[in-house]
Amino acid sequence: MSTADSADHADSAAPAGTPALSLRGAALSYGTHEVWSDLDLDVHPGELVAVLGPNGSGKTSLVRAVLGQQPLTRGRLEVRGRRPRAGSPEIGYVPQQRLIDPMTPLRARDLVRQGLDGHRWGVPLPSRRMRTRVDELLAAVGASAYGDVPVGLLSGGEQQRVRIAQAVATDPALLLCDEPLLSLDLAHQREVVGVIDARRRAGTAVLFVTHEINPVLDVVDKVLYLAPAGHRVGTPEEVLTTESLSQLYGTRVEVLHHGGRVLIAATGAHLDHDCHPAGLLEAEGAA
Amino acid sequence: MSWDAIINFDDYSRLLPLVTNSLWAAAALGLVGGLVGVLVAARDMAFAVHGISELSFAGAAAALLVGMDVVLGSVVGSLIAAVLIGVLGVRARDRNSIIGVLMPFGLGLGVLFLALYPGRSANKFGLLTGQVVAVDNPRLTTMLVTSAVVLAVLAVVWRPLLFASVDPDGAAARGVPVRGLSLVFMVVLGLSVAMAVQVVGALLVLSLLITPAAAATRVSASPLWVPVLSVTFAMASAVGGILLALGGTVPISPYVTTISFAIYVVCRVLGARRGRRGWTRRRPTGLVGAPG
Repeated sequence: MSTADSADHADSAAPAGTPALSLRGAALSYGTHEVWSDLDLDVHPGELVAVLGPNGSGKTSLVRAVLGQQPLTRGRLEVRGRRPRAGSPEIGYVPQQRLIDPMTPLRARDLVRQGLDGHRWGVPLPSRRMRTRVDELLAAVGASAYGDVPVGLLSGGEQQRVRIAQAVATDPALLLCDEPLLSLDLAHQREVVGVIDARRRAGTAVLFVTHEINPVLDVVDKVLYLAPAGHRVGTPEEVLTTESLSQLYGTRVEVLHHGGRVLIAATGAHLDHDCHPAGLLEAEGAA
Repeated sequence: MSWDAIINFDDYSRLLPLVTNSLWAAAALGLVGGLVGVLVAARDMAFAVHGISELSFAGAAAALLVGMDVVLGSVVGSLIAAVLIGVLGVRARDRNSIIGVLMPFGLGLGVLFLALYPGRSANKFGLLTGQVVAVDNPRLTTMLVTSAVVLAVLAVVWRPLLFASVDPDGAAARGVPVRGLSLVFMVVLGLSVAMAVQVVGALLVLSLLITPAAAATRVSASPLWVPVLSVTFAMASAVGGILLALGGTVPISPYVTTISFAIYVVCRVLGARRGRRGWTRRRPTGLVGAPG
């Protein structure tokens, strides 16, 4: 039911058809180093856009810009038609997957509650209303069974579910996921993608930063590929081709489609170590 | 050497009134130390506590040498160390090296000031290992006021500070002023360490700022019960330590550290048993593993 709320919510304040996230001619530089420029991107309610690219291509900078933590050098960035500000309830943020310390003094339900009131001053007092809302959020991500378990004792996949519940606590129009699958095994990756996709189907726009496309290939609407020699936006079929990636990397890159998976491999001998195409390692290990 | 030097309850009723001030100071310290310890654990800053306490010791020794208020010297030393660590050590790796640099310097300065100090040696060692009857009325007032300030600040910043401590990125995304809160925390920590130095001495501050919270997180993960238990453990260690130390001739710190260590061991054993049985029962439900 919380998902139905969010769909209403998305339509109520901004005019119909307003994208949840919109970038126009956006550019970001640090000093003289331009990370990306002329970036145009719309993410509409119910759409999932994957952001791909090698390390250093500006994925994290994009996340920080959307969160309102990093101003653009040029261009426009709007979340539901407004400039983003730090702490906006319109944006749910799932940080990079890393294991939570086992001795952290929080249970799963406390982590979720932080998404509702963790930013407020004072001391969190027990509240029936909060408890009910947290129970709903836990149920929506399939985490009801371990709501009272210390977060540090949950598996990596369980922790991600709980983090997603925290991120969607404010019924955000945009869900921003920064490498949420990092170091999860395939089964857990699938589960976490399932939870995020359920949210997308209910009308939330999702910007999904990842270094490997395959876990989200079935649910992705568009891809933004950030690379050293530029970027490209389009469907996976348009962007993930030998021709387009070779152009983006400025060197020959082979894209193979095999069994519903995309394998990206450098054929030229001199791909820079730091910017080897995403998927290269995973392509060999997993299929 | 006889046991009388360590545990001795002769003349207890006559001695007890002499340490009323110390007992109040210990109770206040237990309250503050137990709460601050929870945040220290969440922020993984045990080493910083030790570093700050050495500079606090240097400050106190300097004050002793020039005839100033020792508590004030201790507070100044603590705050300088805490702010330096807070500003220069934003990342964990930088922080550890900054602390490693500051700590021996502080200890060395303190030793120098004490060597130059012509007064009684009991005062000197008190700063390092604690003393029972050191708390006179003005000093107790200073300590109670300091505790009140720390508690008031914690009451305001507790929730966002805990959020920022366990998940800085997530908290920043929710608009929590992570950098500002981290400086506020360093000041709170500095004040708490300066207080602890007065009772248990600079070398053993960890027993009241680290051990109680570490014990509490072994047996609970509730954001309510962890602070409550941590405060209880810290108070029991500090007050209990003074009551046991009273008749003997050894410094107070071994009593405090032994009680707090014993509590930790018990909690660790309980926690291990609980962990084996599956800490908190997971509710059986058909929905597990079926997202959406």
